Amino acid sequence: MSGTVVEITRTQGDETEVVGRAAYEHPLLVRLCHWVNAISLFVMIGSGLQIFRAFPSFGAKIPQKDLLNWPKAFAIGGWLGGALQWHLTFMWIYIATGVIYLGYQIFSGNYRQVLFTRRDIPGVWPMVRHYFFFGPKPEVREAYNPLQKHAYTTVIGLGVLSVATGFAVWKPVQFSWLGWLMGGFHWARIWHFVIMWAIIAFVFGHLVMVALHGWNNFVSMLTGWKKDPEY
Amino acid sequence: MTDGMEPENAKPEMSEPKGDPGKPEPLVTDPLREHEKAAPPEVVESSPEPAKGPLPVAPASVRRASSIDARRFAGMSRRELLKLAPVLALGAFAIPSLQPSLLKKGLAFSDWVSARLFRSGHLAPTFADSEVVPFEKFPLNFYDLADPGVDFDNWSLTVTGLVQKPGDYKLDKIQALPRYRQNTRHICVEGWDVIGRFGGARLSEFLAMIGADTSARFVYVECADDYYETLDMATALHPQTLLCWEMYDRPLTREHGAPLRLNIPTKVGYKQAKYLTDLKVTNVVKKYGYWEDQGYSEFYGL
Repeated sequence: MSGTVVEITRTQGDETEVVGRAAYEHPLLVRLCHWVNAISLFVMIGSGLQIFRAFPSFGAKIPQKDLLNWPKAFAIGGWLGGALQWHLTFMWIYIATGVIYLGYQIFSGNYRQVLFTRRDIPGVWPMVRHYFFFGPKPEVREAYNPLQKHAYTTVIGLGVLSVATGFAVWKPVQFSWLGWLMGGFHWARIWHFVIMWAIIAFVFGHLVMVALHGWNNFVSMLTGWKKDPEY
Repeated sequence: MTDGMEPENAKPEMSEPKGDPGKPEPLVTDPLREHEKAAPPEVVESSPEPAKGPLPVAPASVRRASSIDARRFAGMSRRELLKLAPVLALGAFAIPSLQPSLLKKGLAFSDWVSARLFRSGHLAPTFADSEVVPFEKFPLNFYDLADPGVDFDNWSLTVTGLVQKPGDYKLDKIQALPRYRQNTRHICVEGWDVIGRFGGARLSEFLAMIGADTSARFVYVECADDYYETLDMATALHPQTLLCWEMYDRPLTREHGAPLRLNIPTKVGYKQAKYLTDLKVTNVVKKYGYWEDQGYSEFYGL
């Protein structure tokens, strides 16, 4: 479906002129998953940080070495019990949107638009040079450039890992093998925390890029249609 | 209508194949409908250099660009936007009057899943003696006081409910049951954990001794410090669930819950009540547990 490009025309009398182009970039299911996921990710991070406040440390309780004192104002739930309610409720929404999104991408073939593959590798460095070192802008031929594909593919992996590490922390007996894979229960909790920050880093970069790419790009995640695409 | 109207600045790879000669082109094509049609097999990627990056879904997706009137495009965009309305359902969580009950349902769902995930034959990991933390470094969490002042000489566990032999059970009666010792991980809801050494009788064997109806749903306990807990029967019957009277091969100390506490390596710490005084086998509980009744998970199986 994506890849459909239309010309936008305006007719006055007998005259029809092309006033712009638009590309259908985001199928409805992807847009739904994106926004539901944005909300659930917000809740998961906020409540996760409140949960972290109950024991802001890793390793032994005695002696406890606190890692950071996360301000309560930037957390969700108010107290440990409340935060757990949010976390254990929205994790199902988070997982469900992830499963629906991945299932849709795979079965529709839409993943080809965004999956980072070997042929994207040569395009990564020019894009990095453009974004971070004022290099020339590489020619844009598709909805996602190689660096974007890299980011969007990586963050899906991070999402899967956030769930896997979460289950290792939440169910260390029933899924003891998960904890074992991660280097033990302590490490599972550390990974869960690290992956959260990696996702936060992605979201930060994502929001910067959204701001830089302007209104049409933002609207495309709402309507599916990107007006005047660069390619 | 669109033929011959291509913008001159269209890039070569975007110049789409012209309409099927055999099929008359509809005057105004709805691009949304357009998707439903199978892509004509003869569509070829018009890019002369196949090595170039693919369009979103190349090549079949490089469909004929149709055209759409600006006003129709605006209307279509609006409709597509409205299709996102289901996302607003999540806004219910922001409504103060709905929030508590929604979160309670979410937590209940998590508990339901937890109960399904629980496998009665699956043992919690056990550890070598060298991995057990020194007794002095075993943390203590009380909800109220470290020592409720239990009179050990006159202590007994009062058993009631769906059992054949209710009554007061002295500690030696419980200690007469086979003793099990296990090095298991104690995990606190706060996030810390500690590997300790625990010993005592299997709750399942105690339940057999008192002739408990194990088809009942719960084992409910009350404590000398007014703490109370409810354990689902499946967990109560788990082989690692102990009526614990010793830690580190020594009798329980007062701050660790002497003379008798629960040790349940398949449950989070707050389920493992200390200073037990009463045990009831039942299908109904009026109150579930000290922390649960304040909003913590009821099942909280690990």
